[in-house]
Amino acid sequence: MSLTYDDVVAKYEPVLGLEVHVELNTNSKMFCGCSTIFGAEPNTQTCPVCLALPGALPTVNEKAIESTIKIGLALNCSIAPFSRFARKNYFYPDMPKNFQISQYDEPICVNGYVDVEIQTDEGTKQFRVEVERVHMEEDTGKSLHVGGATGRIHGADYSLLDYNRAGIPLVEIVTKIVPGTGKYAPEVAKAYVSELRDILRGLGVSDVKMEQGSLRCDANVSLRLIGSDVLGTRSETKNVNSLRSVERAVRGEMIRHAELLNKGERVVQETRHFQEDTGLTRSGRSKEQAEDYRYFPEPDLVPVAPDAAWIEELRAAIPERPSLHRKRLQEAWNVPAKEMEAMINADVLGIVEATVALGADPTKARSWWLGEISRLANERDTAIADLAITPTDVAAIVALVEKGELTDKLARQVVEGVIAGEGTPAEVVSKRGIKVVNDDGALMAAIEKVCAEQAETAEKVRSGHLPAAGALIGAVMKETKGQADAARVRELLLGHLGQ
Amino acid sequence: MIRSSAAEMAAKLVTGEVTSVALTQAHLDRIASVDADVHAFLHVDTEGALAQAAAIDAKRAKGEKLSPLAGVPLALKDVMAQKGIPTTCGSKILEGWRPPYDSTVVANLKKNDIVILGKTNMDEFAMGSSTENSAYGPTHNPWDLTRIPGGSGGGSSAALAAFEAPLAIGTDTGGSIRQPAAVTGTVGVKPTYGGVSRYGLVAFSSSLDQAGPCARTVLDAALLHEAIAGHDPKDSTSIKAPVPQVVAAAKSGDVKGMKIGVVKELNGDGYQAGVRARFEESLELLAKAGAEIVEVSAPNFEYALAAYYLIAPSECSSNLARFDAMRYGLRVGDVDGAAAESVMNLTREVGFGKEVKRRIILGTYALSSGYYDAYYGSAQKVRTLITQDFTNAFTKADVLVSPTCPTTAFKIGEKANDPLAMYLNDIATIPVNMAGIGGMSLPSGLADEDGLPVGFQIMSPVMKDERMYSVGAALEAALLSKWGAPLLDKAPIMGGSK
Amino acid sequence: MSSLSRDDVAKLAGLARIEMSEEELVALSNEFTVILDAVARVQEVAGADVEATSHPLPLRNVFRTDVVVPSLTPEEALSGAPAQEEQRFRVPQILGEE
Ligand SMILES: [Mg+2]
Ligand SMILES: [Zn+2]
Repeated sequence: MSLTYDDVVAKYEPVLGLEVHVELNTNSKMFCGCSTIFGAEPNTQTCPVCLALPGALPTVNEKAIESTIKIGLALNCSIAPFSRFARKNYFYPDMPKNFQISQYDEPICVNGYVDVEIQTDEGTKQFRVEVERVHMEEDTGKSLHVGGATGRIHGADYSLLDYNRAGIPLVEIVTKIVPGTGKYAPEVAKAYVSELRDILRGLGVSDVKMEQGSLRCDANVSLRLIGSDVLGTRSETKNVNSLRSVERAVRGEMIRHAELLNKGERVVQETRHFQEDTGLTRSGRSKEQAEDYRYFPEPDLVPVAPDAAWIEELRAAIPERPSLHRKRLQEAWNVPAKEMEAMINADVLGIVEATVALGADPTKARSWWLGEISRLANERDTAIADLAITPTDVAAIVALVEKGELTDKLARQVVEGVIAGEGTPAEVVSKRGIKVVNDDGALMAAIEKVCAEQAETAEKVRSGHLPAAGALIGAVMKETKGQADAARVRELLLGHLGQ
Repeated sequence: MIRSSAAEMAAKLVTGEVTSVALTQAHLDRIASVDADVHAFLHVDTEGALAQAAAIDAKRAKGEKLSPLAGVPLALKDVMAQKGIPTTCGSKILEGWRPPYDSTVVANLKKNDIVILGKTNMDEFAMGSSTENSAYGPTHNPWDLTRIPGGSGGGSSAALAAFEAPLAIGTDTGGSIRQPAAVTGTVGVKPTYGGVSRYGLVAFSSSLDQAGPCARTVLDAALLHEAIAGHDPKDSTSIKAPVPQVVAAAKSGDVKGMKIGVVKELNGDGYQAGVRARFEESLELLAKAGAEIVEVSAPNFEYALAAYYLIAPSECSSNLARFDAMRYGLRVGDVDGAAAESVMNLTREVGFGKEVKRRIILGTYALSSGYYDAYYGSAQKVRTLITQDFTNAFTKADVLVSPTCPTTAFKIGEKANDPLAMYLNDIATIPVNMAGIGGMSLPSGLADEDGLPVGFQIMSPVMKDERMYSVGAALEAALLSKWGAPLLDKAPIMGGSK
Repeated sequence: MSSLSRDDVAKLAGLARIEMSEEELVALSNEFTVILDAVARVQEVAGADVEATSHPLPLRNVFRTDVVVPSLTPEEALSGAPAQEEQRFRVPQILGEE
């Protein structure tokens, strides 16, 4: 008796809370000078501090504090004039000190919000997701489970630990309960994480790669009967590592809870693990007996008390919120929503914007980056950003086309040349000897030659069958090695044939 | 040669009357002959010490400018990480561990060309007042081998008193430098918290721990103090300020016009008669040297011991969590199919001694939810009150003084099964750690009833460490002229001396 | 009067990851009755209006610039490991969460 989602939301109101962990992209770790490069050989980025060797002491990375304050400001939080690190004590082999340096009752940022929009059948809906706190902590090491079938813990014979990740700065962003989402809870959760990711990317404080774990979401879900004030027991789903999974996990948990409740069973307060393959969650550690973390102020570190001037300096450097920024661009450029979406998905919005700022027409800039250049990137299996072509180059190419010095077709050759490392567009043009043939005399000579060679086709055109002109134009273009302006060729050809 | 002060040894090294290799060898010989009885050392680095000494002699031969203590040997408390040298903290759980890095104190010692002879015994993880809690057996007091040398730094103090080293490093969380100094007739200084880096000092209680110099004279302590002190960016709680001018203060020893405050609460009931007599005598000598003796009151000191036995165990329960058999140290119970959790449990059962377990459990309790406010939270408040008491007292006096401990050295085994009686040893030293100020213990003579050394404690405000050196040097000079010879000359001659 | 039962001590020992024999549990619970009485004295003076001091020095904002410094070599990092494999610390199977 599987419930449908509609059955669930007809009876229950979902109560949603989200915890997002973000790895900051600092050069060094949170409490030591070890590098944070992803994917290094195991245990090559460790030191006495992040291995918790006896006697080692932590020191705070200033950039991590700055990034956290920036995040707080971008999420409309208050920045605490006094905050402290605390030790969260629990034993786990991937955590070298067997306590995590985190923040407890004195987090650095509190009381913010993020407005998110979702598209529904009834049009665009806005929700305000309130942020309870933003705090700093450190990441754990990584364990590799050996033996057993699946690489999961259960059934493993032993584990191998790599502490390269241990101590990488993490920022934890915790929402308050998000009220009134109703049936839209899964979409709101996804939209929130997506918005957060954009904001963080815009701040430049994190790589925000969910698939690499630099942005991780835990979704807390409970249900209560519509009309009742009694909150249900919540589950906390971890391992949700894509935007789509956020939505699926919330929806899946709502259905699972409802099925239990309908059967008169109890929801267990526990950690659950999302499984990409099935879209279902699996039970993790039960939290029936709440862990006693014995938090206390970290005695090896001193309080963080940012002064107002520092905060204001950071506030001044906060970029416009990406979603608002986008809205503004969309209006200024007069772009359809679909196209906007395409630019965002292809991750070219910033580049297009830079190109437009250099004087290029928005439509042209967009079509170059999203079209030809994207295609070339695909072909080479690299990211657009990694190609050797810059907004300056593209703006120059657009200008050359506008001035009539290049045709679209020639411009494509220039783009290719720039990407191949042949220099600036001007250098590529001169090195490759690319120029538009706009000498009518030369064109006429080519036209006459072609008409003579393809007399039958020329006759068709002359007698009014215009589609046949295409073949002749193509031949002329070939004759002029593609350097002619096709429109001008057409004009001259049709005139020559009395049309 | 080994009975001289470090300053005298340094002078002879400068004139070339002796080489560092010879001086080091003399101390290694002394260790070889007496340490079977004293058991001050857990590890003697014969080769390393001689190599270091030879390198220093070579530098001196080339005419390089060397630091004041260059070439003088030192004994290092086994709580300090030294690269490649066994560092056990007196615990089974770290048996065989060789750190891949140097603590800042060790780096500073090496930079100053001080020769490190080896590692000294201590109460396990610095928890204790007798060095009986070492997993490697107790250290014996050179004044009477049946008695304790104090703790936790009993190895360092005994090494000094037995002339196995002229200098030693100690650490002081609740009195572990000063109380051993007191009961062995040596000098020990706990600098202002943050004055000496804690990087590489294996933590017991992070907000209380402080490394410091141990020596046989006040000047030697000052020379060593200046060598190891100073700001360290690796320790976030290190003070960014110039090191107090302790050597100059120790050399001048001037107390004229200084106000010396006797803490009313740290004297009287519970203090041995001989301890009180020596204390009064020292006060008279200081008055004669030109100091003004005043009485001050610190009403909240009576809660210091209780607060300490909540704060230190709480912090240690967390600090010692890293000893879990995963990355270093002992591993017990790693049989086929065993889970990490059970290996941790078994290793910690076997690897930790009774007192360490007692404090970990006490600290776990004091921090646990529902009890935090009543215990840890209240203890932190007491800490505020104690600091206020000191602040008030220092408006009336430049330094404060008291006996270092209520009694002289007790017999090994006497208090082993009575933790509370043991804790009382530190009643006069603990307030200093709670407030983070400086404290010194120097010998004030022998108690009439048992002929054992008595310590005199001097306390100075934060980063005014030079004051305790001024007072210490003045008192030391007055006592020396009264005794006619250093106090340690009265200690029994130990067998095999060279 | 404060006290800890044998079961309380067992729970704390579990939190602190220390295996304890029945004898030890009972002995510690007896000792704690005495020790807790002594330390509970802190509550006599610690009024609500007294601020907590968690640290002896009034330091603030001690930071390090975000600069990479050389790490240990993997050999140094693993030098104390009770067991190792593939340049990683080898530990017994981890039960519980993944
Ligand atoms: Mg967290
Ligand atoms: Zn590190």
